Amino acid sequence: MVSVLSSPNFQWVLMSTILLGLAAGMVGTMTHLRKQGLMSDAISHAALPGVMMAFLLSGEKELLVLIIGAAISGLIGAYLIQVIDHTTRIKEDAAMGIILSVFFGGGIMLLTIANRVGGGKQSGLDSFIFGQAASMVRSDAVIMGLIALLVIILIALFFKEWKVVLFDPNHANMIGIPVKVYQSLYTFLLVFVIVIGIQAVGVILMAALLIIPAVSARYWTNSLFVMFILSASIGGFSGGFGTFVSTFGRNLPTGPLIVLTSAALFLVSLVFGSKQGLLNTYKQTNLIKKKRNVQVQRGDLE
Amino acid sequence: MSYVGWILITGALVGISCGLIGVLLILRRMAMMADAISHTVLLGIVVAYLISASLQGMTMLIGALFAGLLTTWLVQWFESKGIHSDASIGVVFTTLFSIGVVLISTSVGNVHLDVNHALMGEISFIPWNVIELPIIGDIPLAVVMLTVVTLIVVLMIGLFYKEWKITTFDPALAVSLGIPVLLLHYVFMTMVSITTVAAFDAVGAIMVVAMLITPAAAANLWTDRLLVMFGLSAFFGAASSTIGYGIAIWLNTSISGSMAFATGLIFLISYLVAPLYGMISRLTRKRTVI
Repeated sequence: MVSVLSSPNFQWVLMSTILLGLAAGMVGTMTHLRKQGLMSDAISHAALPGVMMAFLLSGEKELLVLIIGAAISGLIGAYLIQVIDHTTRIKEDAAMGIILSVFFGGGIMLLTIANRVGGGKQSGLDSFIFGQAASMVRSDAVIMGLIALLVIILIALFFKEWKVVLFDPNHANMIGIPVKVYQSLYTFLLVFVIVIGIQAVGVILMAALLIIPAVSARYWTNSLFVMFILSASIGGFSGGFGTFVSTFGRNLPTGPLIVLTSAALFLVSLVFGSKQGLLNTYKQTNLIKKKRNVQVQRGDLE
Repeated sequence: MSYVGWILITGALVGISCGLIGVLLILRRMAMMADAISHTVLLGIVVAYLISASLQGMTMLIGALFAGLLTTWLVQWFESKGIHSDASIGVVFTTLFSIGVVLISTSVGNVHLDVNHALMGEISFIPWNVIELPIIGDIPLAVVMLTVVTLIVVLMIGLFYKEWKITTFDPALAVSLGIPVLLLHYVFMTMVSITTVAAFDAVGAIMVVAMLITPAAAANLWTDRLLVMFGLSAFFGAASSTIGYGIAIWLNTSISGSMAFATGLIFLISYLVAPLYGMISRLTRKRTVI
């Protein structure tokens, strides 16, 4: 056990999942405010066939190649959802369901084929479904960490612009911010975070790392800046803690453990959160009732 | 009946039951709710297995029923607490699904239930797990279960056809007519859960989503009439499972994955050529207007 924790490989992986969590928490904040949580779910499912296609075409399990494949099919999926939503009578949620299930089905088909023809090299491809941080090597962790860092920097650097674009795109246009550029950049950031996360967290649960920290952070603050910081912290902690726990068992999948960590933090936020947390809301309604009772006793109200 | 015959019948039954339920899902704009339930059903099955230590149809059905209702209730509760429905679905299903996966990989793993089975199903094993019925003889257990569920679905839709129609298209009118809208919502979610768990063994929890949403969405492009949409959707569901099986044999790959993929093919064809709302007719109609 101790040997696992002190191995340099584990330390690299731990560092990269923490960075992943930080980046996912930040991008997730934007996703949450745009009410696109399930869109991220659809994109991460849609990334699976890209991973498998990249493996089958290159014949190697090189993470960078797989990530590029994932990004391409994720973007195609996102684009097709828009096409179906805009050109037919079918609503966005059904379009997301179609794309995520059909792409995922295609991914499973390709995975089965890869398992047959891979000649041993394919072992570990399964981990893209549920995430297995233990299957990552140091070079994978470096690539993941660097891209996560890039995402964090891009958001931090242009924080003011993001804020305006998020809350008031019209105003942003007026003061000369290229809204379209920022919106495409947002899509790219979202896809980046998803594709680097799928090896550690898995395609099925990647969306949770985007959704849950942001929803939890919302319970503590009304300020966008604080929300970004909190959401990133929750994401980062979940990423790190989930990875840490998953090393204790032989076949404990990392993804679900990361999700459960963030879900626990969500429950804490839901109950104790200072803004609209259950306890606080309960106290306030009680206070109002008490005030009312006093007023009734005094005869101010009938 | 031959081995392939049973597989095709199983696939067709999944397609029909999911196709029928799917129509209401699409029209009520609850496609992603189905996605959520198809994930959380896993937790219900795992817990039922932990309690009863058996993987019999009935226990699984009850477990899945509870999981489905729990999901529906939790999502609604979070929504009432001011979380946007999108986010509340996302939080609820990923959390419950994670609990299910962790339970499988820690305590139940490698018995009869593993994660891959849950995701992709084992339709190729279905013809071997038979029970003996009077008169008919040996029948795969899954086929019996799917037939019962399909009959329940048809019966429920048929008996309350008018109620479904009104609550789906005009909930406000339904309330004013005194139709119990919330009750129907829960009844509907229960139907989604049973259908999901019955199809679970055949195509796996994830592929159920494809069968639930895609054939119905394709049917939606062909017609404006609810009854026709039900028929078409069931037909598309059954057809895509047969086509999917063909593809799987041809490419020697995952059967359930191919079935999900085949629903996509049918949707693509509908998207292009459906006479009412397809791409081609949309483009030509524009020209005639000008």
